[in-house]
This record gives sequence, structure tokens and C-alpha cells, in this order.
Amino acid sequence: MELLAVFSPLFAFLIAILFGKQIGDKGVQFITCAAVIIAAFASVVLFFNVILTPNMVDGAYVTVLTSWISSGGFDVEWALRIDQLSVVMMCVVNIVSACVHIYSVGYMSHDPHKARFMAYLSLFTFAMLMLVTANNLLQLFFGWEGVGVASYLLIGFWNHKHSANAAAQKAFIVNRVGDFGLALGIMAVFFVFGTIDFTQIFSNAEQYSQKTINFLGYEYHALTVICLLLFVGAVGKSAQLGLHTWLPDAMEGPTPVSALIHAATMVTAGVFLVARFSPLFEYAPTASMVVTVFGATTAFVAATIGMTQFDIKRVIAYSTMSQLGYMFFALGVSAYSAAIFHLMTHAFFKALLFLGAGSVIHAMSDEQDMRNMGGIWKKIPFTYAMMWIGSLALAGVWPFAGYFSKDIVLEAAWADHSWFGSYAYWMGIAAALMTAFYSWRLIIMTFHGKPRASEDVISHVHESPSIMIMPLVVLSLGAIFSGSLFYGGFVGSSSVDHGVDHAKAIVDAGVKHGNINIDDNIDISEKSGIHKREETMVNLWSKEYFWHEAIYVLPENDTVDAAHSAPFWVKKLPLAVGLLGIFLAYIVYMVKPGTSLIIVSVFKPLHILFFNKWFFDSIYNYIFVRNSFTLGHAFSRSDKNLIDKIGPDGIAGFSERFSGNLSKFQTGYVYQYALVMIIALISIVSWFVFKADPSFYMPDDMLLDVELPSHVNSNIGGGSL
Amino acid sequence: MNFPPVLSIMIFLPLICAIMVAMVRGEKGDEAIVEKNVKHLSLFSSLFVLAFGIFTYQNYDATITDFQFVENYEWLASLGINYHLGIDGISLYFVMLSVFLTPICILASWTSVKKRVKEYMIAFLVLESFMIGTFVALDSILFYVFFEAVLIPMFLIIGIWGGARRVYASYKFFLYTLFGSVLLLLGLLTLFSQVGTTDIPSLIANPVDAGLQKWVWLAFFVSFAVKMPMWPVHTWLPDAHVEAPTAGSVVLAGVLLKMGGYGFLRFSLPMLPDASIYFAPLVMWLSVIAIIYTSLVALVQEDMKKLIAYSSVAHMGFVTLGIFSFTQQGLDGAVFQMISHGVISAALFLCVGVVYNRLHTRDISRYGGLVNNMPIYATMFMIFMLASVGLPGTSGFIGEFLSLLGAFQANILIATFATTGVIFGAAYMLLLYRRVVFGPQGNKDAAQMSDLDSIEKAILAPLVILVIYLGVFPNTVLEKVTPATSQIVFVYQDRNVPDDMVENSDGIIEVETQDASVSE
Repeated sequence: MELLAVFSPLFAFLIAILFGKQIGDKGVQFITCAAVIIAAFASVVLFFNVILTPNMVDGAYVTVLTSWISSGGFDVEWALRIDQLSVVMMCVVNIVSACVHIYSVGYMSHDPHKARFMAYLSLFTFAMLMLVTANNLLQLFFGWEGVGVASYLLIGFWNHKHSANAAAQKAFIVNRVGDFGLALGIMAVFFVFGTIDFTQIFSNAEQYSQKTINFLGYEYHALTVICLLLFVGAVGKSAQLGLHTWLPDAMEGPTPVSALIHAATMVTAGVFLVARFSPLFEYAPTASMVVTVFGATTAFVAATIGMTQFDIKRVIAYSTMSQLGYMFFALGVSAYSAAIFHLMTHAFFKALLFLGAGSVIHAMSDEQDMRNMGGIWKKIPFTYAMMWIGSLALAGVWPFAGYFSKDIVLEAAWADHSWFGSYAYWMGIAAALMTAFYSWRLIIMTFHGKPRASEDVISHVHESPSIMIMPLVVLSLGAIFSGSLFYGGFVGSSSVDHGVDHAKAIVDAGVKHGNINIDDNIDISEKSGIHKREETMVNLWSKEYFWHEAIYVLPENDTVDAAHSAPFWVKKLPLAVGLLGIFLAYIVYMVKPGTSLIIVSVFKPLHILFFNKWFFDSIYNYIFVRNSFTLGHAFSRSDKNLIDKIGPDGIAGFSERFSGNLSKFQTGYVYQYALVMIIALISIVSWFVFKADPSFYMPDDMLLDVELPSHVNSNIGGGSL
Repeated sequence: MNFPPVLSIMIFLPLICAIMVAMVRGEKGDEAIVEKNVKHLSLFSSLFVLAFGIFTYQNYDATITDFQFVENYEWLASLGINYHLGIDGISLYFVMLSVFLTPICILASWTSVKKRVKEYMIAFLVLESFMIGTFVALDSILFYVFFEAVLIPMFLIIGIWGGARRVYASYKFFLYTLFGSVLLLLGLLTLFSQVGTTDIPSLIANPVDAGLQKWVWLAFFVSFAVKMPMWPVHTWLPDAHVEAPTAGSVVLAGVLLKMGGYGFLRFSLPMLPDASIYFAPLVMWLSVIAIIYTSLVALVQEDMKKLIAYSSVAHMGFVTLGIFSFTQQGLDGAVFQMISHGVISAALFLCVGVVYNRLHTRDISRYGGLVNNMPIYATMFMIFMLASVGLPGTSGFIGEFLSLLGAFQANILIATFATTGVIFGAAYMLLLYRRVVFGPQGNKDAAQMSDLDSIEKAILAPLVILVIYLGVFPNTVLEKVTPATSQIVFVYQDRNVPDDMVENSDGIIEVETQDASVSE
């Protein structure tokens, strides 16, 4: 089953690339869609398998495919690790990917290269699945880079556009900066643990928790170093502050790509990585603190930029970045399950928003600037409704999915009772206000008011075909229900009503019975098993039972548990600011449309800062890009003017001049030759007479007597006089 | 003794074929037919040698760590110099690389070489013979003869069939390598005078004292560093590549550069362990400089071949980094990186050759938008580009990563600097690809170029398969390489690896012990 879930997209990709010509565009579209749908079903089956029978050896089913690298003690396998964390990710990836595949059939119907597009989407899906099912760091890195390449190919899909190529290249290189950290992290893990296999690393984490690494004479806490290096990778891939500049530019790619890669799946790989390494982060509190601060700051900064942008896709992109910040500070306060919960709900509603935006762009004849939209809600009511659902979920309004996940994330941050936890909470609250504000700014500017587009465009506005609507419906179901449905399992606590031990005892009993039932066919035990299971159902649907060993939290760090007993105002504040944000946007853009201009002029410096994305791009260009080229030119010149001048050209020039000088001796006058000969003769004779020395004759081993070069030199020096 | 003596056959078969090619003659006016016969005969010969190579590969026993297919005859008995051949897991792959790339070179020159076809083919066959000889020789003087002899056909290939500045390039190439050769010979003779043999296994078994090792090591180092090439003696490479014909670049990047790395692995490391440890920090820092410096230089190149040449220097930096980490992963990585670079850089030069044959310029700005009219070319070029960048799943990743992993265990700071190479590497390759293949079709003549013809497909397809196969199943190579490299690592194990790696890991290798005798 896991093979089917992971490898069918690869199979589809290979068919599409190798036989694309033979089977035609329709064939490629069919095969790729079918493969991903099959993979989606397979992962749902796996999900239930794993959730219902969670007592696996070492916490995971590992299917070893074959050996990959083995060199000395460095043994790496191609293997699929199926545990609770990976099945959740597989379901998210495959379901969203299936939706996007189908949507793309409609969206890309006018593109001449649609077969190539579908092939890349399948390649991406495969790489992402390899990433989440990896059982060692190197296979994770394979998937990590694989999704990077797929993203590169898809951002630059319209490769006649200069901006698309630039964005694709930027995405790849900025990600490489993150990969630089991740690669070093992998090396450090091998250095410390002697293995990069997940099972072995995690079981040894506690044992190595006091190790140190010596670097430049200083001792550093080994696990902190490892976690920070891995986090650098996560910062790059998940577009956290500092390495985020590629994400907005990545919107150059076709919109389905933005939905799949730059909202739902690839950008969450960093979140997955940190959650996967929860056993290490738990022993590296400093690293967790850094993660929290980065996440909280990103959530805030991205939201401020999101409020000022006019490109509909860029607004959503900054919103993605901001939401990823939420996930990271949840990870930082040890609320890993909450982060994954938010990851899942976010995948649904953000993909929905992007595909909805794609539908708008499609309807508006490829217009992306919201200043040229407006007044079209009656013409595309379905898309309008979808955007509302997505935005409500994003803003965290009950009972939409975002309400549940965002709340638990913020409550967990508050419940951490540390300075950075509080920092994260208040930054998160501020970002929540802005999130709601820019979401409704987007809705109002896009759909309401007077039409600002040309007559021609307006007359062409049409609802999307049903092949694009179907996936939206699926995603909207996720955006509405995934929060309430999975709240208990992902983050629900079993310790609120019962004691932890009590609950665990019941759970274990239930599991045992469940297994016995499967093995034996005796009616009575089966019945009693079912009975037991019903009795404990309430407790089973809790995070302890759901995650089992896939996520590791030290008991004293369990902020998710603590979050459930947070005060009332902490729990309700996110919803309140969300509603406030919607209200403000309504006032500013609907009731008094001129207000925004006044606000901008009042807060001019702030607006300049936000609108220019806090000047990250300009600073990076100035410091890194320009200097790299300057240095490159300088080195290039030094190759020619320094190394070659001293080296080969210098020697050649010297010997030319030398032989030129030498040839001047060839004057052709016999008397000069005779004079030289006589002088030479006298010199040699006098040498023999006065300074005769047996060692003048070269001893047998002199050539080899390299240990004593001074001796050799003195002899030769004496002779040449 | 083995029967059949495959190694001798592989050395002499190309020579015999070269003589046969030389004898192909025709009446006046039959030049076209002669040319055709020459081409077919040469291709057939090289394929025949390839068949022997595959035979050797199939019969190579990975479980034996010693040299295999050994042939040992007296040659210059008075000097004790033997005709001693044999291969281990390291040399096996370099021989394979030589026999694999030669037919590709001949095919790549099928239509592009127009003048003196017969001599050209002879040069390549002779070159193949010498290359194989270099890798299978187990006598240091025999090795030296082949090592130097390789220069002659290469010098001619660049000097006769090269581009506009071919004479300058070939002299530069010759001057650099000759300088190294003199010192190499001096070093070999020193060892001979001390140990009394030129036999490589015996020299490995009887290391000279630590003081002398350093002088010999330096002599070897100059020679091998020029061949690699390492910074700062790399400047011959860009010129040689730029001026060489496509096939010349392929064999230069694919095989000749590996002779330096092979020299380190066969001579410097096993014969001179103390000196190697002493100089390791120097080599590693030079490697790091090479990686960063040449990557930055590659970033600003306007000439496609020059760019790839500089990238070769950077990739070879990973090789020396891995070798001088003295760890299993480092050495395996270095060997793998050389094999992989042999395939990838060969493929990249072939890719340049494809467009050069059509437009006769290597200027990057003269191209653009090729994906529209050359989709198959764009796809293959993409795969090689990504392999060069070191994408996991391609062969480029395995070598690069293992080398870095080895270096990390030896010195974290150096490994950190070296790892920045993955960023720069991506930068210049992506920029090259973007400017050549993507973007609008700015140049009319570039936009009208035709996609790959059947010969070009036949050349590039096996390389694509190899690059991906080696990336997904590198163990097919590593299982044969590891026994050989572990022999070398074994020598170093109790010398430099700290007892507790985590506690003492800043990687500064202590060497103060045995150099008291040197300074005077």
C-alpha cells in the first residue's frame, strides 16, 4: 500500500516524460490525475491502518527497498517510514495534489505545454512523498532537493518570461542557502550519532543530550548545534524571515503551482522536519527558543507586508508566510502536534484560496492586480463563495478549520509561560488582526465596489468550468470541517477529564484487544473488543493515542495539554481580533473607500517600509549578489594578471628576454669569442689549481641528496664563478 | 599470471589499431572513402577495447582487496624496473572511464572534425592506450612513462585541432604539466634510491622516514596539483578547454584531470603517510579556496566552455578535500566524485559541443530560448546541469556529499566553508542554463538550430542513464571502491582520528612529532 501511495506519481511522471508524445496531452492528463488519485486513496487507507493499529516496532512500519549508500560506517537505505506523522503528511500531500492535478486540467487547457506541466506536478508529488516517508536524513534530503527542483521547474514554467526565469533561479538559490545548513546538519548528526537513521537517532537522543562539539576551540552543545543547522534548512524551505524572499517571487508560476507547492505542501516541509526531529529539539531548548522567535517575527512581518500588496497572489503568498510563522512558533514551544494540525487545516484553506484566486485570474483574463478588479462577485458567485470560506477559515472564525488550529497554536504559545512564548502569543494576536484585515481587503477589492477593469475584460468574466470547481468543493469541505473533525485526535488531551496514566492504561488495553481481535476469529473476544473500544472511544481520540511515538514531547514541555486550561480571554482573543480585523476592513474599504489613502499618508514611513517588503530584497542584492559578481570579476582578472603573470606567462616572458639577451653575445666577431674562451679557460684552470676539491665531481647520490640543498647549492655556486 | 592478460591487451590494442588506422590509404580522390574507413575502424577499435573493459569489470572480484589481473615481467632488469600491471577498486573505475569515454569522443568528432581525420583518430587511440597504462601500471617508472606520454597526444589534439589561440593554450598546458613532471621524476628517483625498488606495492609497504617524506611529498604534490588542477596552478585548464576541440575537452575533463587525484591516492597517501598528515591542512585550505574562488569566477564567465572548466576546478576541490580528510567517507567520496565528474563534465562539454557545431560560438549571450527549438537537448542539458549542481538522485550528489562528510569529520570549519560551494555551484550553473536554454529567442540564428540528431542522442543517452543510475545505486561503485580505499584509511586510522570524536573535533591535526630531522 505504501509503495502504491508513494510510487504511483513517479510512475505517472516517467510515463508522461518518456511516452508523452505517444499518448498525447489527454493521455498524460488522465494518467497523472489517475495516479495521484490512487495515491490519495492509498494514503487514506494507510492513515486508518496506522491510526487503528498504532503499536508498531520502534514506532513505525519501515519498508526497506534497497541499500543506497554504504561507505565505512555510513549506511543509508532507500526506505519508507510509515508512522502517524508521515501518514498525516501523505494524506495532506496526496489529497491536495489530486485536487490541484484535476484543477490544472481546466486551468492549463489553453497552454501548449500542458503535458509537461502535469508531468512536473507528478514529479513534485513524488519528491514530496519521498520527503515525508524518509527514514533517514539523506532520503529526506533527496525529497527536499527534489521538491526544490520541481518548484524551480514549475515557477519557471512559462520560460519565455524573463521574470519567471529570474524567480525560479532565485527560489533555487535561496533554498540552497537553507540546504547548506541542512547538509551541515546531516553531517553533524552523523558526526555525533554515527548514523543518520531516524530510528537510531531518536532512540539515542536522550543519551547524547549532554554531548558537545568543539568548534574553533569552543565547546558547543551538540544537539543545539544540530537543531539550529536543521532549522536553517527549514527557514529556507518554509520561507521564514531571512530566507523568505523567494516565496513572493515564486508567484510567477502558474496558480495551481502556488496552491500545491507554495501554500499547501512544499513550504511546510520545514515544519515537518522540525516536528520529525521533536526528540532532538526537546533536548535543545535554546534551539527551540530561536525557532519560536523566528516564527513569531515572521508571522508579524509577513502580515504587515500582506496588508500593503496589490497583487492578489502576493497577498496570499505573504499570508502563507505568516501562517508558516504560526506553525514555527508552535514548534518552538513544543506544541508539535498543534503545528501539524495547523499545517493540515492551512493546507486545505490556503490551497482553496489560491485556486479561488486562480479562478478569479482565469475569469479576469490573467489580471492579477487587485486595483484593476472589483465588482465581479455577481458574475462568479461560486468562486466568490469559495473565497469567503477560505478567508473565514484563514481568519479563524468559528466553526471553520482555522479557528481550531490557530487557537490551539496561540494558546500553546501562551501556555509556555516563557518570555518568547508570550512574545509569540502577542505577535500572533497582532498578526491575526492583520490577517483578517488583509483577507477582507482582498475580498472587497476583488469582488466589490465599482468594476475597475476595462469593458472588454469585464464582458469576458465567466465562472470556471466544472473540472475546476470540483476540486474547490473538496478543498472547501476540508477548510470547513477538518478543524472540528480532527481537533480531538491531533491536539485533544486525554488528561483533562481523566488522569494521564489512567487514560494510557485504557488505551493500551483497547489496543491489545483490538489486535487480538484481528488475529483470532473467536466471536466472543471480538465482541468484547468492540465493547472495550466503544467504551474508550472518547479517550482514544486524543493526541496521546493519535500520535503515539511519532511526536516526542517531554512531559514538562507539554504546552498543548497546558493550553486546554488557558484562561478564557486567551482562548477567545484570537477570534475577537479576527472579527475586529474583518470589521476594520469593511469600514476602510467598503463603507468609506477613501480611508485607506488617508491611513497610508498618515503612516507614510511605515507604509514605505511595509510596501517595500522591509527592504530585504534590496539589501540582499546590494550585499550578496552584487559582491559575488564583483568578486568573480576580480578573481577572474587575478587569474590573468596575477597568477599567469607570475606563472607560465612570466616564465615564458623571462626565458624570451633571457635568450634575447643571450643572443646578443653572438656578435659574429671572432676576437670577442676568443676573449671569452680565454677568460673561461683561465677561470677553469685556476679553479683546479687553487680550489681543487674532490666533491666537485658529483657523488653518486648527490642528485638524491635533497635533504641538504644548501650543500648542493654552495658547490654549484662556487663552480660557476 | 592471468590469462588472458586483459590489461596488456587494453593497453596495446588501441596502439595496434592506431597503426592499422595509419595504414589506411587510398588513391588520390578517395579521401572521402579513406576518411569514412578511418572513422569506422577507430570506432570499432574503441568499442572492442570497451568490450575488454566490460569483461574486466565483470570478472573483477570485489571481495579481494589486493591488486587483480596482475601481470609482472622483467623489463629493465639492470635497474630492477618491472613491467608490473594490476588494478584495484580505485583504478578499475578510471580504466572504465577511459574505455567508456573514448568511443564517445570518436563519435562526437564524427562530423565536427574536418581536417586531418586520420591523424586525429590516431591521436585519440594512442591517448586511450596511455591513459589506461597510467591507471594500471604498478611500477612507478612505468607509471611515469605513461603519465607523461599522455601529454603528447593531448598537446597535439589541442595544438592542431584547437581553436584560435590553440598554440598559446597548448604551450601553457605543456609548460605547467612539464614543470610538475620534472619534480615527480625527482621524487620517484628519491624513493628508488632509498627503498631500492620502483615497485608500487613494495614502496607502499616500506615507507621512508618522515623527514624525507616531506620533500618527496612536495615534489609529488606539485605534479598532481597541476594535473587536478588545484588553485593556484589551475589557469592552464580554462585555456586548454576553451581551445581544445569538443572531444579533447571531454577526455581532458573526463580522464586526464583524474590522474592527479589518482596520483594522490596511489602515491602520496599510501607511500608518504606522515607527510600527508603534515600537509593535509594546506591541501584542504587550498581546496576550499579553489571551491569558492573558481565558483565565483565561473559566475562571471561569458564563454560556456570556460565556465564549465572553472566549475571543474571547483568540483576537483571536493576531491582533494575528501582525499585529505583520511576518512572512509572522504576517500570514497573523492573517488566517486572523480568518476561522477568524469561523466558529468564530459556530458556538459558534449552539450556545449552540440550548440558550438551549429553556431560556431561559445559566447553565452549569442544563445537563448533553445528550449523552444531544441526540447530534447534542453531536457538532457537540464539533467546534466542538475547533476553538476549536485542534486540528490544524480551521481554528482553522492561524491560531493561523501567528500564533505569526510571533511566534516576532519575539520568542521573547512567543511563549513566548502559547503558554501553548493550555493555558488547552483548559482553559476543555473545562470548558464537560464541564459542559454530559457528566455526569449533573442538571436535569429540560434532560434533556427535543429534539435539533437541521432548520433548526438546516441552519445548523450548513455551518459544520462549513467548519471541517474549512479545517483540512485551508487553502491555498485562503492562496493568495489571501499575495499581499496579502506586499505589506505587503515594506515591513517591510529594516526589522526581523535579517540572521542565529539570531544576533540576541531580537526587540527597534530604533526609536531616527527619533523625534528627535517629542518637542518
